[in-house]
Amino acid sequence: MFDRILPYLLAGISVGGQYALIAVGYTMVYGILRLINFAHGDIFTAAGFFMVYLTASLPMSVSIPLVIILTVILGFTVERVAYKPLRTAPRMSVMISAIGASYLMQNLMWYVTGGLAKQYPVLPWLGDTVQIGSASTKIVTIVTPILTILLVIALVTLIQKTKIGMAMRAVSHDFEISQLMGIRINSVISVTFIIGSALAAVGSMLFFTNYSTVTPTVGAMPGLKAFVAAVFGGIGSIPGAVIGAFIIGIAENLIRAAGYTAFSDAFTFALLIVVLLFRPTGLFGEKTAEKV
Amino acid sequence: MSLLYIKDLKVSYGGIEAIKGISLEVNKGEIVTLIGANGAGKSTTLRAISGLVPLKDGVITYDGQVISGQSPQKIVSEGIGMVPEGRRVFPNLTVLENLKIGAYLRKDDLTPDIDHVYQLFPRLKERSWQLAGTLSGGEQQMLAVGRAMMMRPKLLMMDEPSLGLAPLVIRDIFKIIETLHEENITILLVEQNANAALRIADSAYVLETGSITMHGTGRELLDNPQVKEAYLGKSKKG
Repeated sequence: MFDRILPYLLAGISVGGQYALIAVGYTMVYGILRLINFAHGDIFTAAGFFMVYLTASLPMSVSIPLVIILTVILGFTVERVAYKPLRTAPRMSVMISAIGASYLMQNLMWYVTGGLAKQYPVLPWLGDTVQIGSASTKIVTIVTPILTILLVIALVTLIQKTKIGMAMRAVSHDFEISQLMGIRINSVISVTFIIGSALAAVGSMLFFTNYSTVTPTVGAMPGLKAFVAAVFGGIGSIPGAVIGAFIIGIAENLIRAAGYTAFSDAFTFALLIVVLLFRPTGLFGEKTAEKV
Repeated sequence: MSLLYIKDLKVSYGGIEAIKGISLEVNKGEIVTLIGANGAGKSTTLRAISGLVPLKDGVITYDGQVISGQSPQKIVSEGIGMVPEGRRVFPNLTVLENLKIGAYLRKDDLTPDIDHVYQLFPRLKERSWQLAGTLSGGEQQMLAVGRAMMMRPKLLMMDEPSLGLAPLVIRDIFKIIETLHEENITILLVEQNANAALRIADSAYVLETGSITMHGTGRELLDNPQVKEAYLGKSKKG
C-alpha cells in the first residue's frame, strides 16, 4: 500500500514546493499592495522561455543566473510600468491593469514563440533519476522541497531581522506613516517584486525540469493553484502560502493515487470555494478588515 | 527667530479648498498650538508641512529654507518630526522596532536615543519586545512620540495627542510635551482639547473652516470670550 502511494507523495511534496515558490510572490505583493498580481503566473512562464532561449547559445552555468536576473528585471518592469503609475488610483484599476499586463505578456510570448511548445533544456544533475525505497524519481523531486524551505527561511529571516524587512512590514501596514519615517515606499515595493520574481524563476526551473515543455499559457495553471494556495494559507502570510502550497500539492497527488486523476484540479478549486465560504482569511490570514 | 514660517498656504482636495490661504509662524523653542473644530483644516496643515499633501499655493520655509514641494523623506530628514493623529504606530512591529523605524534614515548608533526614549517612557522599556498593537492607547501615544523623537527633530508636530485618551493619561501626555519643550524641541501642537493646549502654548492660532480667525499668546486666547464660548465650553459662566 505505502509502496504504491510513495511516488505520489513524493510528487506531491515536490509540486507543493513549486507552488510555494510562486505563491510567495502572490502573497508578498498582496501583503504590501493589497493587489492580486495576475501577471505573476506569466512571469513564471517567461522565466521558462528565458531558459529555453538562453541555453540555446549559452552554457548552463551562465544561463541559470541570467534567467533569474532577466525574470527579476521583468517583474520590476511590470510593477513600474503597470502598477506604480496607479498608486493612488482605486484598487480596481490596478487589478484591471494587472490582468492587462498578464495578457500582454501571454500574447508577446505567443508572438515570439509562434505558439509552439518549446522543449525545456535538461538541467544537469536535477534531471537524473534516483531510487527512494520502491520509488524511482528525478533528483529535482527531492531537491524542490528542501530548496523551497531553505529559500523561505531565508526570506522570513530577511523580513524579520533586516532593516529593509522591517520597512517592508511597515509599508505593508501604512504607506503614509512609512513615508513620514523616511521610507521610500516605491523602493520597498520594488524589492517585493524583485524577491517574488526571483523565487518564481527558481520555481520555474524546478517545475519545467519535471514538465519539460514550455508554452505561453503553461504558467496559468500552476499560477492559479499557487494563488489558491496563498488564499488557503491566508493571503499576506508567507508561512501560510507555503503550507497551503504543500497541502494542495500533496492532496492533488493523493487524489491521483486514489485513481481520480481527472478530479485533481477540481479538488484545488473546490478547496478554494470551501475556504472562502468558511474561513475567508485562510489558515494564517490577518483578521483585520479591509484597509482604509 | 522663526523656525517654521508658512505664508498664504492653500490646500485643496478634489476641488474643495480645505486650507484657504493661512499664514503662521513658529519660533524656535516655542510651543505653538493650532486649535479648531473638526474639519477646520488642522491636520491638513500638518500634512502639508510634512509633504504628504501637495500645496495649491503658498510657501513653507523651515530654518530659512523653502521645504514646500519636497518629499516627506526629505522633510523628515531636515528635522521635522510628526506624531500623527490616531497615533498610528505600526501594530505589526515590536515596540523596539517602532523606535528603530523612526530612525530609518539614520546610519549611526541608535542606542543612546533608544535609552533616552525608554528613560522618558519606562513603560515602553518593559514592553520593548511586545507588538505595538498590544499596547494601550496611552502607551501607543507614548510610542508615537518616542518614534518621532528618534530622528532628533528640531520641530515636532503633534496631531491631537490627547484624542481618545483617559483624563489621567492626557495629563501625562501634556507633561511629556512640556518635557520635550524643556529639551529645546520646538512644538507645533494641534488639539481639540483647547483648554489644555492653550495653557502650555506660547503662541496660538484658531483655525475655522480653513482660515485663521484668531491669533495670540496662549494666555490671551484662554481669556478671550469668543474662544471661551466656542472652544472652552464656558459660555454660561461668562
